[in-house]
Amino acid sequence: MLEGAPDVSRVFLPRDALQRVLDALTGSGFRCVGPRLKEGAIIYETLTETAALPQGVHDRQAPGEYHIEQVSSPRQFAWANGPQALKPFLFAPREVLWRVVRDTEGRLAFREVQLDVKPIAVIGVRACDLAALALQDKHFLGGAYPDPAYAKRRENIFIVAVHCSHPAATCFCVSTGDGPRATHGFDIALSELDSGFVAEAGSVRGKALLDALGCSAAAAEQIAQAEDEIAHAARSQSRRLPGRNLRDALFANLEHPRWEEVAERCLSCGNCTSVCPTCFCSSESEQPSLDGNNAEHSREWDSCFTRGHSYIHGVVVRSDTRTRYRQWLTHKLGSWHEQYGRSGCVGCGRCVTWCPTGIDITEEATAICGEPPL
Amino acid sequence: MNPHVPWEAEVVERIQESPTIFTLRLRVVDAEARQAYRFAPGQFNMVYLYGVGEVPISIASDPQDTSLLGHTIRAVGRVTEGLSRLGVGERLGLRGPYGRGWPLAEAEGKDIVVVTGGLGCAPVVGVINYIIMRRERFGSLTVIQGVKHAEELIWRERYAYWNTLPDTQVLLAADHGGPLWPWHVGLVTEVFDQVEITPERTVAMMCGPEGMMRAAVRNLTERGLAEDSIYLSMERNMQCAIGQCGHCQFGASFICRQGPVFSYSQIKELLGVRGF
Repeated sequence: MLEGAPDVSRVFLPRDALQRVLDALTGSGFRCVGPRLKEGAIIYETLTETAALPQGVHDRQAPGEYHIEQVSSPRQFAWANGPQALKPFLFAPREVLWRVVRDTEGRLAFREVQLDVKPIAVIGVRACDLAALALQDKHFLGGAYPDPAYAKRRENIFIVAVHCSHPAATCFCVSTGDGPRATHGFDIALSELDSGFVAEAGSVRGKALLDALGCSAAAAEQIAQAEDEIAHAARSQSRRLPGRNLRDALFANLEHPRWEEVAERCLSCGNCTSVCPTCFCSSESEQPSLDGNNAEHSREWDSCFTRGHSYIHGVVVRSDTRTRYRQWLTHKLGSWHEQYGRSGCVGCGRCVTWCPTGIDITEEATAICGEPPL
Repeated sequence: MNPHVPWEAEVVERIQESPTIFTLRLRVVDAEARQAYRFAPGQFNMVYLYGVGEVPISIASDPQDTSLLGHTIRAVGRVTEGLSRLGVGERLGLRGPYGRGWPLAEAEGKDIVVVTGGLGCAPVVGVINYIIMRRERFGSLTVIQGVKHAEELIWRERYAYWNTLPDTQVLLAADHGGPLWPWHVGLVTEVFDQVEITPERTVAMMCGPEGMMRAAVRNLTERGLAEDSIYLSMERNMQCAIGQCGHCQFGASFICRQGPVFSYSQIKELLGVRGF
């Protein structure tokens, strides 16, 4: 690119043009979902008007704390993340896996669930959640038995990412290598400025959508400001994990006294696993009909912090909080490397914010593994 | 093919092995699915009881005959209690086979030591029968089985019969014997000394309580058996059987996928660590 020439691959979307993005997606058959302020938190819900976006809303997060603040600002994405990630849109919190019908002779007919998946476009996805999405893809689609429900939803999702400019105090995506810039896995990525958005395409269909809007190329100073904000977001993070591969350090410290100390604070409630964008455990259950003629077999999110998770014919393998917290951390930060080639933590900080007793994964990992030499 | 959905199967035969242990011989109803089905000893199926749920059960029958699949089950929970009440002609669900079975290719030409405890005999009875039916492919066969109480031993006749076969030795032990218990009274590991082992040409296969397996591994490695020549079948909570639900996680392994059979060297880091 010539010095001073505009970067035509990045276009500038005036703030009011975002509505045209929503309209174009809706016109292509997508249900648009975006951030909305509800019951004191930013959550993903159906979004048809950009006026419903959380304008001038900041989130203030700390271990065990989440607060919303209203400020005077035109910005609509000046927050870090809410309790949800993309996980509920692809790996449903609860769903029927199959049905079985029993006839009068006792014969059983097993029926697959016909999935009615509507294309969905998610607006405002952060880099940490795209990293989590890539991990969930490996888990649900990478093995010998790709999950049909996940696969179908995955094919039908359109992602509008927003490069993060306002990490929370609980965020540490820089230390996991996953943010704050969204680098992959999106159709369109936006950088928010006061006057609008610097937009770039990450896929053919994302480029087609941007081209159709007929926006002009972003000016050099707009791009520079967007880059500055991402760099500032990276510098502003104070939390970090003590290294990127903690596998050996964790398994060398299975009897560290810190496990007992954290178990005294941990309620074994499973909040951390519910908000974690990479946790994939589920349990299966059966719902027979009252007339006895058919039954549904479902799965729903489960947590390694429950008793039932490790139950086996009369024995609970992890019967106390110490072994459950240790299972979670050694898996998430340790054996995940062997399973999926990287850590299971993307640095979103949700487990820190949404833990009712404010247990901080970065603090625990540091206490158990120690700081690596500089 | 949706990996979560079972096929319909029919109970063709039901055998009561002990007051709580029974064997179901099952036929997959759909002819195409039945013909396509192949398994190796040590693998398992998910067995579904209508309206109640699924449980993982190892396949005890011979892999040559997949027209009838044998499952030996102990009634301990909701699903297995219900399965114990099924009669001939009744229908259930089946999907599988899952997991990795015993290393039969590596074991060919070697002496085989099979160690089991409790109902541990179910996952290995398939491999014992496999060896007995292909005797010329293997060296000596030693079967070591431990039970808590003498009356818990199932398949007495089978053990007695195996013991009459050439090059085959059966050693049984019960913590609590009885007037009709001709074998050893005491821990199963105490009978190990009666076994002659040539470490370089022996493969050990074991399943049962983990404490027993650890004691057996200690004894065998002390006598020179390589860690890679000892195989263990592990048990954990399993719900999906395809490595997705996370319940059977053991370190970096999903027991349903990378197991249930592991070499000792693969799992020794965590075997016996409480909570894994």
